Amino acid sequence: MQTASTPTMPDAGGRQILLSHFDDLDQQHLSSNLGMWFFLVSEVMFFSGLIAAYAVYRAQSPVAFELASKHMDLVIGFINTLVLLTSSFTMALAVRCSQVGDNKGIVRYLIATGVLGTVFLGVKATEWKAEIDHHLFPGAHFVVPAEDAKAMQEASVGPDGQLDRTLYARTLGHFQMMFALYFFMTGVHAFHMIVGIAAVGIFAVLAQIRWFSGYGTTQIEVLGLYWHFVDVVWVFLYPLLYLIG
Amino acid sequence: MHQTHHATELHQTSHSHHQEHHVIAVGTYFKIYLVLMALLALTVGAYYMDMGSHGINLVVAMTIAVVKAVLIVLFFMHVYYSAPLTWVTAAGSLLWVGLLLVFLLADYISRGFLSILGK
Repeated sequence: MQTASTPTMPDAGGRQILLSHFDDLDQQHLSSNLGMWFFLVSEVMFFSGLIAAYAVYRAQSPVAFELASKHMDLVIGFINTLVLLTSSFTMALAVRCSQVGDNKGIVRYLIATGVLGTVFLGVKATEWKAEIDHHLFPGAHFVVPAEDAKAMQEASVGPDGQLDRTLYARTLGHFQMMFALYFFMTGVHAFHMIVGIAAVGIFAVLAQIRWFSGYGTTQIEVLGLYWHFVDVVWVFLYPLLYLIG
Repeated sequence: MHQTHHATELHQTSHSHHQEHHVIAVGTYFKIYLVLMALLALTVGAYYMDMGSHGINLVVAMTIAVVKAVLIVLFFMHVYYSAPLTWVTAAGSLLWVGLLLVFLLADYISRGFLSILGK
């Protein structure tokens, strides 16, 4: 049965191997592409659940979210967005290299993408460290900074001049909830980045040893889809978490 | 087995002219990248601008994010040049997100409309 794909082994022009269960290379390419897209649609739904939770809590306690967001470093977030968008650019170029059969280019741009992804994670880790050190990680060690508590207390005064205790308690809770959402969203995003960097690294090695037929056009494009998706998620997380108010 | 083998070969020959995929010029990628950078700067700029209400700021920030996402999806992810089925799949994800957010928020927003016990 192994011989089924033999006549379609890559020739001098670097054509892709056609697996026996596909009619032609086009169908094979579309199937791989769609497979990744279906996965990405499920991923979109996964992140949307978090964004929906965010929307509900933020609508209920806009003041708490605004104050919590002030603790996130806008400049660091900006630099990380820049790094991630650049990594998407290098990823797009790696895919292009696979389409035009530039094997060295594939390896070079995949490495660049992996390095930029790692820089992103490094910056993110220092950011988390600072926030955890400031007792902003949700849980037993969470402390609402005094000035934020004061601001939320002032915002919870009703029209009669009396402090609305229920509202105040809820606002304080949602202040912590913003950090729960922040750590969970950025954490899950970082997990996707780790998976992406590992895959990019493996693909760089595979391209280097010429493991792929046809320069791995389909495989690298599908990897690119995943990488760009992770970038798109960050495009939404940045304004939602860092740029409030 | 020999027959399958032969059929595969035939199929590939008859369709081999399709296998060239649209290759986007490096310059186009670079332009898209520059536009993304400009939009990123715009997002941060909009944050510092006072637009009267935070709601408007949020709408502006989300609109810019959507434009960025669409550019990435259409060009970096090649959907613009992809098969109709890919278009439908990509657009489908937007539809589901829309349904989720619209109905969920409609529920939460309208809860205070009527003071019915146990609402």
